[in-house]
Amino acid sequence: MKRRDFLKLIASGLCSGIFFPSILVPGEKKREKRWAMLVDITVCAKSKDCRACVDACHETHNVPSIGSSKEEIKWIWISTFDRVFENELPISIKDNLSQPVILMCNHCENPPCVKVCPTKATWKREDGIVMMDYHRCIGCRYCMAACPYGARSFNWRDGKPYLGKINYDFPVRAKGVVEKCNFCEERISRGLIPKCVEACPLGALKFGDIADPESEVSKILKGRISMVRKPHLGTKPNVFYLL
Amino acid sequence: MKKLYDSGKILTGLFFFLAIVTSPFWYNKVSGKGAYVPELKIEKDEKECVRRTGYMKKSHMELLRLWRDEAVRKGNRIYIREDGKKFEISLSGTCLNCHKKKDEFCDRCHGYVGVTPKCWTCHNVPQEAKK
Repeated sequence: MKRRDFLKLIASGLCSGIFFPSILVPGEKKREKRWAMLVDITVCAKSKDCRACVDACHETHNVPSIGSSKEEIKWIWISTFDRVFENELPISIKDNLSQPVILMCNHCENPPCVKVCPTKATWKREDGIVMMDYHRCIGCRYCMAACPYGARSFNWRDGKPYLGKINYDFPVRAKGVVEKCNFCEERISRGLIPKCVEACPLGALKFGDIADPESEVSKILKGRISMVRKPHLGTKPNVFYLL
Repeated sequence: MKKLYDSGKILTGLFFFLAIVTSPFWYNKVSGKGAYVPELKIEKDEKECVRRTGYMKKSHMELLRLWRDEAVRKGNRIYIREDGKKFEISLSGTCLNCHKKKDEFCDRCHGYVGVTPKCWTCHNVPQEAKK
């Protein structure tokens, strides 16, 4: 190659890099759908002892209440603001540190639990839901160690005796599998919204597709200040807390 | 031809040995229990099964495995048969809708051939709700 041709090639390469930067930096793959949950904690603060979403979810998904913290199984649970956001406290809310915050699986964009699963029993769906396949789970609990949010619970025993009443439309779990919130995947597939969103008497929860800029959740997110849990970890949660 | 030493003892021994070893087969033959075939009961709402009876008898587990992967891994809950008829992919919902009594249908054959599928550790049997 002549020196002149070489310089031309370099120049054209640089030009295309400037005008079409996507050639140089591969952008994140855009998905058609990205389910997300918005939790308005200012609404939750109004009724402190409300457990409507937790109870509705656990009844729907046959989540047993075993009554020991070591064997506790939870899909949604409630903690306080200062515990959840201990490293990222904004000034405006510091006077209300004990207000309740609802927690669930964040269905991260970059889920650490999926990376460590040796059997692909947990994986990320096209629409963003981090799914569990209980058929494949071997109970190694790597995902529980990997999840920075404590969203996963292990079935140390058969949960059936600890269920108040069984919802026959949803399976129970066998001893030795890990379970977590599934963003009501079984309801979404039938065109319904998640049970917790439906059950909330104050409308504190909103569910929708944030890949669509015209959706209700996208508009709310644009207009309000929101937080996610432990953003410094780079997991990119899909559960947003509105302040 | 060489002589078989102690042929009387050996042959009688062999005879009794074979008689004892094969006794379960003779017992079934005489008592008629060997011809026993489990009797299955269905309370049908539908006229036909998802696939033909012959296929279901032989390969229902393959269909169930396919359904499991479609519903759980691919998120597809509708099964379309070759002729275009649609079924909801659901063990408790679709299958048990006709095969209502698990103990009079599933369990009878599974017990007969000595297999214990693990489906029921998690999947609910709606009939059990009414007991």
